[in-house]
Amino acid sequence: MDYETLRLIWWLFLTVLLTGFALMDGFDLGVAAQLLYVARDDEERRVAINSIGPVWDGNQVWFVLGGGAVFAAFPLLYAVAFSGFYAAMFLVLVTFIVRPVGFDFRNKLQAPVWRETWDRILSVAAIVAALLFGVAVGNLFLGVPFSFDENLRMHYDGGLLGLVRPFPLLCGAASLAMLLMHGAAYLRLKTDGRVAARARHTLLTASLFLFLLLVAGGFWVGQIEGYAPVGVPQGDGPSNPLLQHVARAAGAWLGNYSSHPWMMAAPALALVSALAAAAAGWRKWDVAAFVASSLAVAGTIFTAGFSLFPFLLPSDVAPSQSLTIWDASSSQHTLFIMVVAVLIFLPVILVYTGWVFRVLRGKVTAAYIRENDRSLY
Amino acid sequence: MDALDPVLLSRLQFALTALYHFLFVPLTLGMSFILAIMESTYVMTGREIWRDMTRFWGKLFGINFAMGVATGITMEFQFGTNWAYYSHYVGDIFGVPLAIEGLMAFFLESTFVGLFFFGWNRLSKLQHLGVTWLVALGSNLSALWILIANGWMQNPVGAQFNYQTMRMEVTSMADVIFNPVAQAKFVHTVSAGYVVGSVFVLAISAFYLLRGRHLAFAKRSLAVAASFGLASALSVVVLGDESGYLTTHNQKMKLAAIEAEWHTEQAPASFTVFGIPDSKAQETRYALRVPWVLGLIATRSTDEQVLGIDDLVKRSRERVQDGVLAYYALQQLKRHPEDAGAKATFQAYQKDLGYALLLTADGVDPVQATDSDITQAAERTVPRVATLFWSFRIMVALGFLFIFMFAFAFWVSATQRFARYRWFLRLCLYALPLPWISTELGWVVAEVGRQPWVIEGVLPTQLAASSISGLQVLGSLLGFVLFYSILAVVDVFLMRRYIVMGPDEVLDKRVIAPEERRSVRAQERRALEEA
Repeated sequence: MDYETLRLIWWLFLTVLLTGFALMDGFDLGVAAQLLYVARDDEERRVAINSIGPVWDGNQVWFVLGGGAVFAAFPLLYAVAFSGFYAAMFLVLVTFIVRPVGFDFRNKLQAPVWRETWDRILSVAAIVAALLFGVAVGNLFLGVPFSFDENLRMHYDGGLLGLVRPFPLLCGAASLAMLLMHGAAYLRLKTDGRVAARARHTLLTASLFLFLLLVAGGFWVGQIEGYAPVGVPQGDGPSNPLLQHVARAAGAWLGNYSSHPWMMAAPALALVSALAAAAAGWRKWDVAAFVASSLAVAGTIFTAGFSLFPFLLPSDVAPSQSLTIWDASSSQHTLFIMVVAVLIFLPVILVYTGWVFRVLRGKVTAAYIRENDRSLY
Repeated sequence: MDALDPVLLSRLQFALTALYHFLFVPLTLGMSFILAIMESTYVMTGREIWRDMTRFWGKLFGINFAMGVATGITMEFQFGTNWAYYSHYVGDIFGVPLAIEGLMAFFLESTFVGLFFFGWNRLSKLQHLGVTWLVALGSNLSALWILIANGWMQNPVGAQFNYQTMRMEVTSMADVIFNPVAQAKFVHTVSAGYVVGSVFVLAISAFYLLRGRHLAFAKRSLAVAASFGLASALSVVVLGDESGYLTTHNQKMKLAAIEAEWHTEQAPASFTVFGIPDSKAQETRYALRVPWVLGLIATRSTDEQVLGIDDLVKRSRERVQDGVLAYYALQQLKRHPEDAGAKATFQAYQKDLGYALLLTADGVDPVQATDSDITQAAERTVPRVATLFWSFRIMVALGFLFIFMFAFAFWVSATQRFARYRWFLRLCLYALPLPWISTELGWVVAEVGRQPWVIEGVLPTQLAASSISGLQVLGSLLGFVLFYSILAVVDVFLMRRYIVMGPDEVLDKRVIAPEERRSVRAQERRALEEA
């Protein structure tokens, strides 16, 4: 396989992995984020938590794998994004460290103080994580202040507060709305009674918010000074961001949609599905709502991916040193090995994950919690 | 040294978080197999008690597992956050085993662990047993890929520098995967994990026996721990020896430092059992030496020499000189990528490019390095001798102790003489922290012994860090210390509580009246307040 194709495939894999993360770990985060709202007493909390209890760990691997895949396929992106966003990454880490211990430790003691504390920690951690992911994506559209020396050692001049800008905040809100919607749609499927009734409120509100925020974001992106490669990028050139030229222009992020109109399918899917999720939630068509919510999540992530393509991480202080899929990838050999690995293992993962979800089918109810008091979370 | 040196702080942070993560990982590795063994016995014999054993030890496994998962993400993140130049420089190779670990192992382990805990009533006996084995398989495969990554840092095979991209790139992934250092490390490390799991079960079972509680449960658990532990402890020592043999060939400096072999001896070299290594005087004071032994272990021959630190520094010096030639050619290639002469020079000396980077790490431009700069760089290739010397000896002594302990436990268990050997049960209980000490020291030997390199001979640690401010790293470091300390307190508190509660109560074998439950809550509140 030639280098250019491999890089394209890896761009696609990265987007798919990110979508997998947002779909799978997304509902975990969404459930935890609305935990304090949808579940008011200990039994309801346990219903909500146990709806994701057996699966959160597997789902979280999408996040870990996403990190590993970026490391292997786009090492420069890994280096720049993780060290540049140092403080933000530390925050993300904290939110992901408290989740496993929170889920597992919460039920280990009966004391209400203990349980209430973990519930709050889990909820806040999920909200912060959801916001941070959106803020991070928003910053990709604006560019971040990094540059390289001739040894490709990166310098970053900016801190945590530099990431807090209006457009990224809008993206953070959209990300939170998206995960709340998805978590609510999941709770509709897996729980009943009051928890499910409250989840319906979240579903309706969050999906409509997501729709509005996506529309607003779409208009806003048209005003932002985007980035565009100058000349035809070398698809099979060496991965070195010092060898290209990039120009900035208002509305450049919409360029792909005029040159490749079929890409419009992604934003269209996101918008229509967000509305469909609200409608299905209104009619209490729970399966349809979950499907619509999933499509909205996929549509949203692909919209971001298509808009930025071929950029991975633009630099606002040295635009020509921006990271793209052409200049930040691994070697041809490594990309090929990793394509083979993904093609072998991803289908296997999907099969056994599917089997686990089938085993766990059915709703988690208050009666079920009472029957299995000691063995559940 | 500057207290706010980001490299130093990043090293400290990595060491602390890795050592912390490594408190939980070996126990997960060992316990997952012990659970699989117990559940297999249940499925084969149909006796309820084996099911209860699987479930009770599974609860303790769960507490530990959560900590392992939580602290593992930190390790992956830190390569990017604190070691960005490393990530760029070797991501092409190093990222691959990490990503495959996720695809092949971590997904497997994490997806099925949920069913292990919550699938008891939803799966048939055999299905659940299969799930338990898959968890064990997943966690061990996970260790395989992580150690392939780590093995490559110790012995970087199958890769070459590409001057167009200014980084190392894969030439043979098969060499990386079948790296002999990685393979020996893998078996040595997972066996050590099995020992940790076995001592854990052994110690707690001994505790119940001493208290006269859960006797049938504790005797069976002890039998499993003793037999699995004995096999594992033997395997740790044998494969540790294999590791040592490979170190002789791939990391000569590490071996010389571990043995405080300051000067090359005539073959076969003697083994220093004890002594006080003195780096300044380059000698080991009060040394107790056994002739021949080191030569036999390290080279498996009587005529091959074990090179001492002095000769190895001389070699390093030559390699720094060759590295300077490669570095000079590289500077020319950056300006004139088609310069054939520079290309030829670079190709001839590129394997020593890393040694020239030792000069850069000292703040010296390799092209203008003086003789004394080069000597200094060569001397930097000696790791901390005393640390390695002692860590290694304590680790090995504990390794042998475990063999005797498991062998004796096996005999006591087989002959059912628990009442007569109460002192031994007490010893087993007090031995609880020892396997953690030995595994952590094992990490120290492997990673401190690799210094000053982050990738042996390729990239000095000093150059691998991110361009971040020391203040940022100090902030995250303090955050980790605080956050991890709280988690450690909670973890130990829960573990202790569940152990003291014992299997009957944890598995709800005993019917608890509502009023009693209230008293349980009050008791917990008091315990929490005390903590």
